[in-house]
Amino acid sequence: MTSAIEIGATGEPYEYVVERGKVREFATATKARGTEYFTDSDAVAPPSFLMTAVFWSGPGSYPLKPGALVGALGLHGEQEFIFHGEPPRIGDRLTAQQKVEDSYVKQGRRGGEMLFVVVNTEFRDETGRLVAESRQTVIQTSQAAGEPS
Amino acid sequence: MTKSQPASAIAGFDPAALVVGDSIPDFEDKPTSRTDIVRYQGASGDMNPIHHDDGYAALGGYSSAFSVGMLQAGVLGTYLADLFGPASIMRFRTQFREQVWPGDTLTYRGTVSALADGVMELELQAVRQNGGVHIYGWATVRV
Repeated sequence: MTSAIEIGATGEPYEYVVERGKVREFATATKARGTEYFTDSDAVAPPSFLMTAVFWSGPGSYPLKPGALVGALGLHGEQEFIFHGEPPRIGDRLTAQQKVEDSYVKQGRRGGEMLFVVVNTEFRDETGRLVAESRQTVIQTSQAAGEPS
Repeated sequence: MTKSQPASAIAGFDPAALVVGDSIPDFEDKPTSRTDIVRYQGASGDMNPIHHDDGYAALGGYSSAFSVGMLQAGVLGTYLADLFGPASIMRFRTQFREQVWPGDTLTYRGTVSALADGVMELELQAVRQNGGVHIYGWATVRV
């Protein structure tokens, strides 16, 4: 299961543009009360907006091999956003690159192994300055993790 | 270099008045609808069918589709941006625990854990109607 995951592996860099319509859509979906997303043409995007980078990535962007994680048994364990300066604004044109930072196995509480994979996406501006990071931890379980309670 | 911070979008909230141990105002959301989930999936680009297709969710052993953790993380993050101003967010981290099912009502809350030199640390939670914790979160904001 871990053979398809190589710590340190990187995907191909890709362009990522902070688009105004997408910011408005995302602000609505995350129940914003602030109006600046809808009125300011260079508004700062909501804190988790970098999730939309998936619209800009391609098959080569992802640093895990196809099939490394199984969809219906994969869980999103953790997500972290770090902004080096202000978070990105509408109109920013960034370059994103994903890297496998870590991978490890833990024993699940109800038995079975849990595989943790940490993928960080770095976002850089035109000068190459690191402006933001989006760090995702995915957990692959060997059984369904939860039922309605 | 940066624009002045906009006033908080939450009426009566003054970030500068907070001290360590204080809480931010609770935000009790409306019950999570399938429309909320689908709207977030479209906005974010995460189209994993486990969040809207009951048959697909059943393949993973789940009794129905369940919400996207990043929807609730997004609501929490956007709420912080409403409170403190979007440009003030320096770091935002969420850890997912209990799942959220359609119909669940989430309450978003947080307390100030540290404050020094205009930088505030917050400990956050998103809690289900039964008291179960869906998200443990942490944020660093400029005040």
